[in-house]
Amino acid sequence: MLKIGGYTFASRLFLGTGKYADARTQKEAVQASGTEVLTFAVRRMNLFDESQPDPFESMDLSGFRLLPNTAGAKTAEEAVRIAHIAAAADMCDMIKVEVIGCDKTLLPDPVETIKASETLLGEGYTVLAYTSDDVVLARRLQDLGVHAVMPGAAPIGTGLGIINPYNLSHIVEQADVPVIVDAGIGSPKDAAQAMELGADGILLNTAVSGAGNPVKMAEAMNYALEAGKLGYEAGRIEKKYYAQASSPTEGLSRL
Amino acid sequence: MELIINGTPRDIPEDRKTVGSLVEHLQLGGKKAVVERNGTIIKKEKHDEEPVQDGDTFEIVHFVGGG
Repeated sequence: MLKIGGYTFASRLFLGTGKYADARTQKEAVQASGTEVLTFAVRRMNLFDESQPDPFESMDLSGFRLLPNTAGAKTAEEAVRIAHIAAAADMCDMIKVEVIGCDKTLLPDPVETIKASETLLGEGYTVLAYTSDDVVLARRLQDLGVHAVMPGAAPIGTGLGIINPYNLSHIVEQADVPVIVDAGIGSPKDAAQAMELGADGILLNTAVSGAGNPVKMAEAMNYALEAGKLGYEAGRIEKKYYAQASSPTEGLSRL
Repeated sequence: MELIINGTPRDIPEDRKTVGSLVEHLQLGGKKAVVERNGTIIKKEKHDEEPVQDGDTFEIVHFVGGG
């Protein structure tokens, strides 16, 4: 079981809800993924434009834990404001702190992320901090008291997979809170790799919503997380430079 | 009266004197919207007592898909 603050989850996959082609695909993908946590962003309502329907109108969200993010925030103040809005909508007290510091890479601003996390922890939120794969920053965040660190595998939406497995494994090794790999996952291989490195969970969105068949990909991700987690627990073999036969080398029958 | 709603000036009937009646006018009933008046969140249970005045700035936000 994955435990974050006061919340417990059987599934280790958190699914983003952005960029699906249609509501039905999204609903089926969510089911296929086995996820218990759906993430959301906060935006202005299109009050005077009927052509923009509520994307969640057709979904029954009662079985899910809803995790609002602070996406769109570029400062700690903006992130805190979004967290307050989410709280006013009675979602839950979990908040994914995401403060972007670079428009090109969408990498998080470490200073503002720390500031926002500190404020929201002080106000009693369960804070999941989206961070880069910086080992020291992840430790600083957990020292602050965040309930989970969310290092990016690669920049948001790139699907590049884990570009720095070395850093990620150090983040996992030093962690005393759950590590949820967030952003940059492209394929089930990447998800399995993150779990094999010892991650506690994965948050992904585009890898599923942008896949050729999002429903199949959602199912594949579910399996990949399971496989990676089991593999991590089992303990992989050492890598060797030279071949070592799997079959006995003695008692060979000669022709 | 004129209100700034989500960044755009809007002409709203004078009889919309509370946040609750404004929300009703905008047909938001039942939607999971959050209302900010002049930068302060107005909680749902306070909608019917909080006033709306000419020149007020409202931000009305909700949840959309995101990762």
